Amino acid sequence: MINTRIHFKLNGRYVDIDVEPNELLINVLREKLELTGTKYGCGIGECGACTVLVDGEPVLSCLLLAVDVNGKEVITIEGLDRDQGLNTIQKAFLEEGAIQCGYCIPGFILVAKKLLDENPNPSIEEIIDYIRGNLCRCTGYVNILRAIIKASKEYKNDF
Amino acid sequence: MVENKWNINYSNTHIIPCKFDYYEPKSLEEAIEILSKYGSDAKILAGGTDLLILIKMGVLKPRCIVNIKKISNLYGIREHGDQLIIGALTKLRTLEKSKVIKENFTALYEAVKSMASVQIRNMATIGGNLCNASPAADTAPPLMVFNASLKVVGLNGEKIIPITRFFKGPKRTILKHDEILTEIILSCPSNRTGSAFIKIARTAMDLAKVNIAVKLVIGEDNVIEDVAVALGSVAPTPIRAFSVEEYLHGKIFSEEIALEASKLVVKDISPITDARSTAEYRRYISKVITYEALVKAFKRAKWR
Repeated sequence: MINTRIHFKLNGRYVDIDVEPNELLINVLREKLELTGTKYGCGIGECGACTVLVDGEPVLSCLLLAVDVNGKEVITIEGLDRDQGLNTIQKAFLEEGAIQCGYCIPGFILVAKKLLDENPNPSIEEIIDYIRGNLCRCTGYVNILRAIIKASKEYKNDF
Repeated sequence: MVENKWNINYSNTHIIPCKFDYYEPKSLEEAIEILSKYGSDAKILAGGTDLLILIKMGVLKPRCIVNIKKISNLYGIREHGDQLIIGALTKLRTLEKSKVIKENFTALYEAVKSMASVQIRNMATIGGNLCNASPAADTAPPLMVFNASLKVVGLNGEKIIPITRFFKGPKRTILKHDEILTEIILSCPSNRTGSAFIKIARTAMDLAKVNIAVKLVIGEDNVIEDVAVALGSVAPTPIRAFSVEEYLHGKIFSEEIALEASKLVVKDISPITDARSTAEYRRYISKVITYEALVKAFKRAKWR
């Protein structure tokens, strides 16, 4: 197995890094690039904690080889927080008390961002369907739903 | 190791625990050459949502991974005469967003929409869903009722086979080591065609306990001109329910007829008890969803 050099855009900045073919994107993000906002949950595609956006689409970084993002654009939860502080969705999650232990929240916020980019006024059913791949074991989802609804009222694409 | 009857995940899935030779072929020819060199030691990587999990869990230890994602002509949905051709690497999410699929192949749209999560549908491919050959594969029953053909390319050239001949058993297809599924070919259905897909699963994220797709072509005075019924997760491979189809063919559609037909589905299926459901429940619920899917497909055929 030989190392491969990959080049991709990460949260608005270009990154060049050597990876092995069997390295997962999540491990490169967390261990080599020290972006620990992306969380490791089940490892088998059930929980959504490791969600990142690749070319704007939510995907699971624990089931994606790092070599596969070569030439692409990756946004992690750290990429939403820029100079102007928290974005609308993050603020709504805080204000609605949608965060308890917080482990699942980066995934939820990235999925919510994509949902609101695609559909600024989602119905409750549409939100529930969209976040069905993200598990939260603390909140019971009620406050998370409330936060996404609140964010949809104030949201404009601010990334 | 603990006895692992239900395939519960006891392994460390944080890493890929083995090394392998890795290739990113740019063309089909190149991919086939690598595959034929490694034989059964090579695995094709498409979406990765099944393969990488199996490798993480230690079920598979391939010596070689052939990542085919760089082969650009395996992507996309295109119309060709009265055929619709779906590239094997087309993402489930792309199918879900396609207007042609939603309008003409409603059962396929409903199947894709019901699968896993947005994240998985952004990664998983339709070709991968078929080649993984799970008896519960959600795209298989709809493709079967629409009489899909599959294009397979290998060292000895290409061939086109009907999807009903593709599956050989759980996780087994007719593909040889040097062969790649490249295209799914569908004929556009006539007007007066209606189709529906229903899936019974514990949560939205789960694999199906039973799934079903129905296609009906309704003529003058509600005569059933053509009917196809296919189910998944009730036999070693996805299957057609020929008893139901034979009973319905040429009859005038009514809810009573649909109910009678749905009782015959137990002749076609041979379910087992496993982690997701029991054979008994599968037999029972198969009848229920056969009826429901027939009625739903009929309404759609009439409203077109």
